[in-house]
Amino acid sequence: MKAKIYVTLKPSVLDPQGKAIHHSVELLGFEQIQDIRQGKYFEIALDSQMSETEAQETAEKIARNVLANPVIEDYRVEIV
Amino acid sequence: MNMKFGVVVFPGSNCDHDAYHVISKHVGQPVDFIWHKQTDLSSYDAIIIPGGFSYGDYLRAGALAQFSPVMQSVKEFAAQGKYVFGICNGFQILCEAGLLPGALIRNENLHFVCKHINIKVENPNTPFTTELSVNEVLSIPIAHAEGNYVCDDATYNSLEENNQIVFRYCDASGEVTSEANPNGSRANIAGICNFGGNVIGMMPHPERACEELLGSNDGRDIFRSLTNAIAKSE
Repeated sequence: MKAKIYVTLKPSVLDPQGKAIHHSVELLGFEQIQDIRQGKYFEIALDSQMSETEAQETAEKIARNVLANPVIEDYRVEIV
Repeated sequence: MNMKFGVVVFPGSNCDHDAYHVISKHVGQPVDFIWHKQTDLSSYDAIIIPGGFSYGDYLRAGALAQFSPVMQSVKEFAAQGKYVFGICNGFQILCEAGLLPGALIRNENLHFVCKHINIKVENPNTPFTTELSVNEVLSIPIAHAEGNYVCDDATYNSLEENNQIVFRYCDASGEVTSEANPNGSRANIAGICNFGGNVIGMMPHPERACEELLGSNDGRDIFRSLTNAIAKSE
């Protein structure tokens, strides 16, 4: 079982790296790009004996306490 | 007057020796390096969390250092009203650990900025600033890529109301302008303290501004303030 965790900056927080990437993409000639935001993606391998609920709870705890800083970031967890 | 300072050393700290040098040579007080696995801080009056790249800045600057064993002790130390001083990466660590509000993100201009800048004293009544006067301008170097202070409106308003904004970036005449803001920090914030005033974090490096030979000794008054605060509380 695997947890996929996506960490993204809150919409209200400026993303200077995303802006720089957006600029480079425009330099390449892509014109209809409105915005680019950079985030982080984590894959966590979980014990296959875990129930889906346990897996979800564990992954959420890890995301909340370690992977994301709730002051500036949001996270989303998928169990697959 | 007996007082003792501790400088925490994480894997990747690199301003620990600068802080140690300033305390031993200019403050003239006993100081120890404290490896991040140590948990007994009972013999110290003040803890400095120095600059550097703890844990290689992996995940976020300061994010992994908050889980080092010493940090639980630093939280208890701070809760007792003792003095905790975070400089640069130390400021980032204190925010990540929840000892100071807000967060420090990538500089708006994306550059690693390494130069002398000016900061203005907003609050001369903290234990770290009593030797300074309000609106005094200090020349202190910065060296960081993640010094862009962010917080939500409610946090900002409470910082303002409680006089927790200690330093702001300014120009040489003390004007707080966007041109004088090196990293995009909200309202030019360069340093803040907690509600009790015993925990402070700042991005500029006062420990690198204690000798005229290095371009400025404006940082000395910050350490002198702290020493006086410890002497008074004993």
